[in-house]
Amino acid sequence: MLDQSYYQKTDEIIERYGRKAAALIPIMQDIQAEYRYLPAELLTYVAKEIGITETKAYSVATFYENFSFEAKGKYVIKVCDGTACHVRHSTPVLEALWKELGLSKKKHTTDDMMFTVETVSCLGACGLAPTMMVNEQVYPSMTPEKALALIEQLRGNG
Amino acid sequence: MIKTVEELTQAAVQAITDLNRYDCRILVCSGTGCIATGSNKIHEIFEQIVRDEPGVNLVFAPCGGHDEDKTVGVKKTGCQGFCELGPLVRIQKGDKVIQYVKVQPEDCEEIFKLSVQGDEVIERLLYHKGEEVFVQPDEIPFIAKQTRIVLENCGKFDAESLDEYLAAGGFKALRKAMFEMTRDDVINEVDASGLRGRGGGGFPCGRKWKQVARQKELERFVVCNGDEGDPGAFMDGSVMEGDPFKLIEGMMIAGYACRAEHGYIYVRAEYPMSVARLRNAIAQLEEAGLLGDNILGTDFNFHLHINRGAGAFVCGEGSALTASIEGNRGMPRTKPPRTVEKGLWEKPTVLNNVETYANVPKIILQGAEWFRSIGTAGSPGCKTFSLTGAIENTGLIEVPMGSTLREIIFDIGGGLKNGAQFKAVQIGGPSGGCLTEKHLDEPLDFDSVKKFDAIVGSGGMVVMGQDTCMVEVARFFMSFTQRESCGKCTPCREGTKRMLEILERIVNGQGELEDLDKLEELATMVKTMALCGLGKSAPLPVISTLKTFRDEYVEHIVDKKCRAKQCTALRKYVIDPNKCIGCSKCAKNCPVNAISGKVKQPFTIDPNVCIKCNACRENCAFGAVYVEA
Repeated sequence: MLDQSYYQKTDEIIERYGRKAAALIPIMQDIQAEYRYLPAELLTYVAKEIGITETKAYSVATFYENFSFEAKGKYVIKVCDGTACHVRHSTPVLEALWKELGLSKKKHTTDDMMFTVETVSCLGACGLAPTMMVNEQVYPSMTPEKALALIEQLRGNG
Repeated sequence: MIKTVEELTQAAVQAITDLNRYDCRILVCSGTGCIATGSNKIHEIFEQIVRDEPGVNLVFAPCGGHDEDKTVGVKKTGCQGFCELGPLVRIQKGDKVIQYVKVQPEDCEEIFKLSVQGDEVIERLLYHKGEEVFVQPDEIPFIAKQTRIVLENCGKFDAESLDEYLAAGGFKALRKAMFEMTRDDVINEVDASGLRGRGGGGFPCGRKWKQVARQKELERFVVCNGDEGDPGAFMDGSVMEGDPFKLIEGMMIAGYACRAEHGYIYVRAEYPMSVARLRNAIAQLEEAGLLGDNILGTDFNFHLHINRGAGAFVCGEGSALTASIEGNRGMPRTKPPRTVEKGLWEKPTVLNNVETYANVPKIILQGAEWFRSIGTAGSPGCKTFSLTGAIENTGLIEVPMGSTLREIIFDIGGGLKNGAQFKAVQIGGPSGGCLTEKHLDEPLDFDSVKKFDAIVGSGGMVVMGQDTCMVEVARFFMSFTQRESCGKCTPCREGTKRMLEILERIVNGQGELEDLDKLEELATMVKTMALCGLGKSAPLPVISTLKTFRDEYVEHIVDKKCRAKQCTALRKYVIDPNKCIGCSKCAKNCPVNAISGKVKQPFTIDPNVCIKCNACRENCAFGAVYVEA
């Protein structure tokens, strides 16, 4: 059972976009921005509030890559593996992060809920490839060493 | 509030007066690229310096006279183009502009003292090309050889200020459309200009507008596709964040011409900066009364909404995009009916790409004839490209249609990085193909590129040198399209998966020659039978590389060799007996005991046991381990 505050926050978000079917995606985006994931209970709640079936809401949520039913880490690291980054060797950056954080293709989030590592297809800063993004900040010209130094720094921030 | 034509004129006059009042403007590039290299910090420091300086008046939105003071503006501009040399800063005094590159926080004070307060140029921060040094941005070959229509304001004006857009001539086109032209005139002008959809398809824009305008249904929508999903492409993102007002003006003209009252901009999730700048622009326009009901005192109402994508590449396809705005799974549907008849909420919809809309204001203002004088007969106008990969000058460019690859890659792009040898350029992203040496002098436009099994696409150009493996590139794109396939139609869902499996086998050294026939057969099948444009073009990277680089495929299969040394499974690690001193470190590090030898004598690697983990090469202090070609 989620705390009552979750439902209050969700009500607030629903008010922003109105109780209509078309508001589903922006509402889910804002919930995810708030909690870093999409709690299943809230999805059920939103479906009821905006007048769509739970299956419909679930089918939309699972279609889009951005929505996650699993909680993500405090720092969501998106390593760009777009064409430009790929040809400028983004794979070693990803592998170095996986190794350092004990993550893999299958396991995306560290047990202490500090870091989530994902790949993304383009961050739009191809001129500075390879790039990665931590939460909403883009980091340019990455190397495995720079990525590990950044992890150290983020750990220091707590 | 700007509620009449007179008020719009006054606002523009005032904006120009205000702009001219600046003694100096510090233009800090605030595109995604430069922000990543720290331009926000630079902006902040300049603001601080200017604010603290006695006798200098820091102005964000100029107001009132401080004639005895020096007026300095610190501005955030759109992408100045030279992403790799960021943070970029321009110091502008009237017509005199200094372009500084790679500006660091500790340089700001010096720039302010010497170039803002004084008239000196700091040579170390200028752009250097060999022996040559450039002061004015327009003299730098990278910029001088471009023709900028859509990107005209990027780097020159504040991307967050309506006043600066007005000073740059903004909304003159909308005014002309609304007060000097009928709706049909507007559509005919766009049609006559020959403007073709810049999102990749190249469909004539005016024809689309005409089709929407003649629908019986009177509720219509204007939708902008800002879901720039092609990896290696960032042109649309740069326009949205660099000149959001221009995009909006283009959409408003479409709304006026096709009688739509609501517009939607669908922006990809990975572009938070675009969303922020567009929201800011919409808020300013609503406050000024330029968006909303009764625009400029007429019966034209236009409301603009932003939808953020949620990470589905397929939403760049028209019917998937409108489905996503409606709150559904973003899956394409069978056509007809087409979007112009039944688009968003089953209503007639004008759906164009960011760059297409951004071309409209200038076409209205300067006329179809002018637009047709640029580019080629079949593809008039300019095209933006993002230049990336193994190229000297990565960045955002705009050139006339019909420019050659040689002009783009060598004259503007400065050739390959570190003087490497050119191998291919991948154009059009996962829906495109590879062009090679022999295509370097072909004029590029929508029709010519198709002949070479590629597409102009949205304009991503990834330059590749000899160290890029083309089979691996094909595998990379196939893994992308396979992952992004929405799964609705079988040819794309299953076909891309099978093609990917074959490509993975080949790069792993397990391919067979008949795999190439299978690949070709599957590629043709997906190309002809997939439901949507993305599916139909998904096999293009494979078709194009198979055609041009077939010998590389054969080498991978028959000789088990990757000439670019990129395919890990095909690498052969060897120890150079002349460099090896026999320290045994590699043998100790080897996780599978593939290395053996006697201490103080050269060691050897057993290729049958080696798993190509690179541990030996990485840790050899003498550089004795190498990969055999």
